[in-house]
Amino acid sequence: MYSQGLIGTNTETEESEEFLAAFQARIDREEKIEANDPMPEAYRKTLIRQIGQHAHSEIVGMLPEGNWITRAPTLRRKLALLAKVQDEGGHGLYLYSAAETLGISREQMTEELLTGKAKYSSIFNYPTPSWADMGAIGWLVDGAAIMNQVPLCRCSFGPYARAMVRICKEESFHQRQGYELMSVLAKGAPEQKQMAQDALNRWWWPSLMMFGPYDSDSSHSDQNMEWKIKRFSNDELRQKFVDATVPQAELIGLTMPDPDLKWNPDRNKGQGGYDIGEIDWSEFWRVVKGGGPMNRDRIAARTKAWEDGAWVREAALAHADKRRARRAAAQEAAE
Amino acid sequence: MKPAAALADALITLGDDHLILGHRLSQWCGHAPMLEEDLSMPNMALDMLGQARNLYTYAGGLENKGRNEDDLAYLRTDREYKNCLLVERPNGDFAHTMLRQLYFAAFMHPFWQAATTSADDKIQGFAEKAVKEIAYHIRHAGEWVIRLGDGTEESAQRMGEAVIALHGYTDELFSTTDTMQICIEANLLPDPERLRDQWDQTIEQVFAEAFLTIPEIPFPQEGGRDGRHTEDFGHLLSELQYMQRTYPGMTW
Repeated sequence: MYSQGLIGTNTETEESEEFLAAFQARIDREEKIEANDPMPEAYRKTLIRQIGQHAHSEIVGMLPEGNWITRAPTLRRKLALLAKVQDEGGHGLYLYSAAETLGISREQMTEELLTGKAKYSSIFNYPTPSWADMGAIGWLVDGAAIMNQVPLCRCSFGPYARAMVRICKEESFHQRQGYELMSVLAKGAPEQKQMAQDALNRWWWPSLMMFGPYDSDSSHSDQNMEWKIKRFSNDELRQKFVDATVPQAELIGLTMPDPDLKWNPDRNKGQGGYDIGEIDWSEFWRVVKGGGPMNRDRIAARTKAWEDGAWVREAALAHADKRRARRAAAQEAAE
Repeated sequence: MKPAAALADALITLGDDHLILGHRLSQWCGHAPMLEEDLSMPNMALDMLGQARNLYTYAGGLENKGRNEDDLAYLRTDREYKNCLLVERPNGDFAHTMLRQLYFAAFMHPFWQAATTSADDKIQGFAEKAVKEIAYHIRHAGEWVIRLGDGTEESAQRMGEAVIALHGYTDELFSTTDTMQICIEANLLPDPERLRDQWDQTIEQVFAEAFLTIPEIPFPQEGGRDGRHTEDFGHLLSELQYMQRTYPGMTW
């Protein structure tokens, strides 16, 4: 979940009971809340945090895949990967814009990312040592993200919901592309199949962690559910993902790295679903708290791009000022 | 040499320019000075790589040696790549990258414009698509050269350094190979030398607005068209070719 770091909301508001009730009634009627509408401060803060984190995840998420653009094995794959990473930048841009409607600037959000105040999805703190990781990220990471994001298309906050509609279309394309890449490897030479299996082994559990802690350990979702920012629990979404993905792995002859994985006919109200083994939450928290293999490198790369680019951004502003001044002077001279 | 073989060779040279510049631009993806540039540099890279694919695929068919776009892009030795040296120059800072793009686009725009009347239908088709794309590259890169040249003291200095570093590589854009010459005579491809005025005009216009001076170049750098590359080129190839060389003959 791109927004997995969303921890708790500040429910202390100074808003009157009538105001809060009227606001909740709008949400219950499935009305969209728009940027200029009155809203409880906690709702605003929650959304700024969630949309900001989501935007940061897209931007940091450009790095692990960007790592393979120059080494993609064919021109077709090189173009597809480049276009995909570019799409992620585009998602970041819409999302920063959606967050800006709530009264925070992109610069401020960037500062928060670089200083570690704002989080991004922990999944991007894993490395991409192999080409097969490009398949695994598309198939599993984007696949898991879609499970989280499709319900966000109906999120109560209009600008976020609308941004998500477009993002989901592109993510679903990425997911299919990743799976196709993986299936080509799985059907390929033994080295390719091994590469694909190794990537699946490394990405499967972190992908399951993207949905956040078990419902039994997560006490933060209730308010977001009521506000219709979140519509399904972590476990519900995780189960959907598992049920969709396990048969896909079987179809291309890859094995899920979970000896406890088994079909359970009683799951999903008797329709059946998969039971999975215990998730190692100590690893999850370790990565969330900064101890993942790539946490430092990711922020260092973003910081370097930001700092190295400072002179370019300053020059663009200075040039715009000069132009304005010249235009004003020319106008004055003409009058 | 038969015209088809000459055309294939000339198109591979042109494809190499596009592949290598596209590769260089793609190295920025995720590391640009601002998010908007993280979108527009990959855009330009995609245009370059898309054109390379068209050129290689067509050339592969013409030469009839069973080479597809990937064989041409990935499985040659350094001496067999005939791109001009300008496009292989390392990205340097953003000023270098934008100036390199402007220099190349200012050449390719009149090139593709002239190629829309090529005696070869396929080349006409490529040209009609490419001319629109490359017009955007001139605008985008040109606007940045102006902003940086006429921005802050630091940006003006960096832009000036980029001009000194890269201008000496621009002459090679106008050079021709034997096979290009055959294609020019058969009205298949435009004569680069005849595009010089338009290139000069574009560069002069941008430089005037950017407060940049066109430097005197006593010793222009060239060699790429003959397969003699800079030291950086081998490193570029070792990255580009890594998968194809490590896992030969596989389908990806």
